[in-house]
Amino acid sequence: MDTIKELFAFLMERKKFWLVPVILVLLFLGILLVIGGGSSAAPFIYTLF
Amino acid sequence: MKILGISAFYHDSAAALIDGGEIIAAAQEERFSRKKHDANFPTQAIRFCLEEGGCSLKELDVIAFYDKPFLKFERLLETYYGFAPKGVRSFIKSMPVWLNEKLFIKKKIFDELKKIESFDKKKIKLLFPEHHLSHAASAFYPSPFKKAAIITLDGVGEWATTSMCIGDGNGIKLLKEMHFPHSVGLLYSAFTYFLGFKVNSGEYKLMGLAPYGNPNSERVKEFIKIIKKKFITLYDDGSVWLEQKYFNYATGLEMTQNYAWEKLLKIKKRNPEDPLLQIHCDLAWAIQNITEEVVLKMAIHVQEVTGLKKLCLAGGVALNCVANGKLIEEKIFDEIYIQPAAGDAGGSLGSALASHYIYFEKERELNFPDAMKGSYLGNYFHSFEIEKFIKKQKAVAQKLDDEKLYQYLAEELSQGKIVGWFQGRMEFGPRALGARSILGDPRNSDMQKQLNLKIKYRESFRPFAPSVLEEDAHLYFEGIHQSPYMLQVHQVKGEHWEKIPENYSSLTMKEKLYEDRSVLPAITHVDFSARVQTVSRKTNPKYWDLLQAFKKKTGLGMLVNTSFNVRGEPIVCTPSDAYACFMNTEMDILVVENYLFLKSEQPEWHNRKKWEQQFELD
Repeated sequence: MDTIKELFAFLMERKKFWLVPVILVLLFLGILLVIGGGSSAAPFIYTLF
Repeated sequence: MKILGISAFYHDSAAALIDGGEIIAAAQEERFSRKKHDANFPTQAIRFCLEEGGCSLKELDVIAFYDKPFLKFERLLETYYGFAPKGVRSFIKSMPVWLNEKLFIKKKIFDELKKIESFDKKKIKLLFPEHHLSHAASAFYPSPFKKAAIITLDGVGEWATTSMCIGDGNGIKLLKEMHFPHSVGLLYSAFTYFLGFKVNSGEYKLMGLAPYGNPNSERVKEFIKIIKKKFITLYDDGSVWLEQKYFNYATGLEMTQNYAWEKLLKIKKRNPEDPLLQIHCDLAWAIQNITEEVVLKMAIHVQEVTGLKKLCLAGGVALNCVANGKLIEEKIFDEIYIQPAAGDAGGSLGSALASHYIYFEKERELNFPDAMKGSYLGNYFHSFEIEKFIKKQKAVAQKLDDEKLYQYLAEELSQGKIVGWFQGRMEFGPRALGARSILGDPRNSDMQKQLNLKIKYRESFRPFAPSVLEEDAHLYFEGIHQSPYMLQVHQVKGEHWEKIPENYSSLTMKEKLYEDRSVLPAITHVDFSARVQTVSRKTNPKYWDLLQAFKKKTGLGMLVNTSFNVRGEPIVCTPSDAYACFMNTEMDILVVENYLFLKSEQPEWHNRKKWEQQFELD
C-alpha cells in the first residue's frame, strides 16, 4: 500500500495527472496478467530491464 | 559516514561501500555467483563489502540504489501508451515483472537485506539517485578534477540516455539530457543484435570486429549513408534522433525491425553461429565510425558550452575504448577521466558517492591520480586461505619469494608459456588489470590464436590488450600519457610496424588476421591499434615488478593481459575459480599470490565437462 501511495505522490510531484487513468487501466490489466500466472522472468530487451 | 551503494535487477548487479567519502570496497555480484552479468540482488557482493568495511547493516547511514524505479515505470507506461496498440506482447511480458517485483523495490531491497542479517528497517535510510546522476557521480567524484564537464552515455536509465553536466566541488549540475527512445547506446546495441551478438555483452565484439572493415570500400560508404539518412538524424550537439520505424526495442522483443534493415542494408540479419563475413565487418566499421562521430560532437559541444578543459565520462558507451582513444587524440579536452566501472556496476559506487556529496553536502577532497585505488577494490586472499585451498584440492604448488617467482615467470613467458596471474584485490569493472589476468608474450606471433582458441575458447578475430610499464608506454604507443584502466586505444608507433602489403585495407578478415602487423603481433590489432594498460609501481607493485623482470629478460616491459576467464565465464574470483579455469584450459602455469602451480605437476582433473556446461556462451 505504501508503494501505491508513493507512486501517486510521485505522479502529483511530476504533474503527470493524465497518467493516472492510464496507470489505473494498465495496473488493472497488469494485475489480471499476474493473477493469470504470467511469468515474472524478465524479457531480454534492454529497455525493459 | 558509511554508505552502501547498490545496483541490481537489470544487469551487472554490484555493491560498493564508502566511508567518509573514501571508497572502501566494490564488487560485481557475477564474480561471486559465477553468472555473467548477474542481475540478481547483490547479496554476496554486499556481504563482502560489509566484511571489508568491518561493519554491519545497522551501522550504515544510508543505502543508495542507483536509479529511480518509479521514473522508469513512468517511462515504460508512457512508451506503451505512446506506441499503443503496438507492444502488447512486450507489455504482457513486462508487467508481471514490474507488478511482482520492480515497483515494490523498497520492500524487495529490505527483504533481500534481511537474508544477510536482521535490522530495523525504520532506522535505515534508502535513497534513489537518478541513473545518470549515479553514472556522473561515479566518474566525477573519484576524478582528480575540482571542476569538470561530465558526459554520461548508455542504453537508457529512467528517461535519460545521455546527459551533459558540470561537476564543481561537491556538486553536479545537469546541463541537458537526451531521452528515450533516442539513444546512442541502444543504436550500438541494435547493430550488435543485427550482427548476431548478444545485447549487453556483445558490444565489445562489435568494437573488435570493426577494424576488419574496409574503410575505403564503396560498401562502407553506402552503409554510413543509409544509417545517417534513414535510421538516425545526427545533430551538431551530438544528439541523435532514432527513426523508430526501423527499431523494435521500445515495445517489441527484438532490437531491430529486421525486414526493413535487411531490405535497406541488403544484408541478412546474422544469426549467432553464422560465419562472419567481410560485409559484417564493413557494417561494424560503419556503426563504430558513426558512434565515434557522435561522441566527438558531444564532447565539442559540452566543451563549447562549459568552456572547461577537463572531462569525465561514464555509462556503458564510455567503455568503447576506440571512441575514447579518438576523443583523446582530438585534444578537445586537456584531461579526460573515465570511470573504470563505467557500466551499470559502477552505478552502485556512483549512487553512494552522490548521496555523500549531494544529499549530505559533504566537503570533497581531491585524490591523485584518482580515488579509485587502481580499481583494486575487490576481495583478496591470505596465505593461510590459499594453503587451505591447496590442501583441500590436493593440488601441487610451491611457495617462492617475489624475486625468484618473477625471474621464473619472465623466463617461462619469454618461452611462450601462458600464465594465470592471481594477485591482490580483485578489480572492480569489466577489465582485468593485473589482479585476475592471463598473461603471455606480446612478441609471439601465435599468441593471439593460441589464447583465443586454446585458452579463452572464443572467436579468433578478437584482439588482446597489452600491459606496459607506465614509464615505457611512450616508446611503443602514440600520444599516450596514462591509461591505467585500459579504457582507450592508441596506435602502435610506426617504427614497430612490419611491412604490410599495399592492398592491406582491402584484404579479407582472415588475411588481415594472419598478417604479422608489428614486432608486437599479439597486441597489435588489424588497424595497428592497441587497448593499452599502463602499469604503475604505486598502484600495482607486484605486477610492475613482473613486467620489470620480463623487461630484464627480453628488453620489453610489456605483456599480453587478458581477463582470467573463458568465454561466457565471469572473471575468476577465488583461488578455486582460478584453479578450475587453469586446469580446464591449456594454460601452462598458475600463480596465486606467491604460490606457483605447474600444469605438468597437477593431479588428474576430471571436472572439465561439468565446468564447460556451467557457462552459457556470451
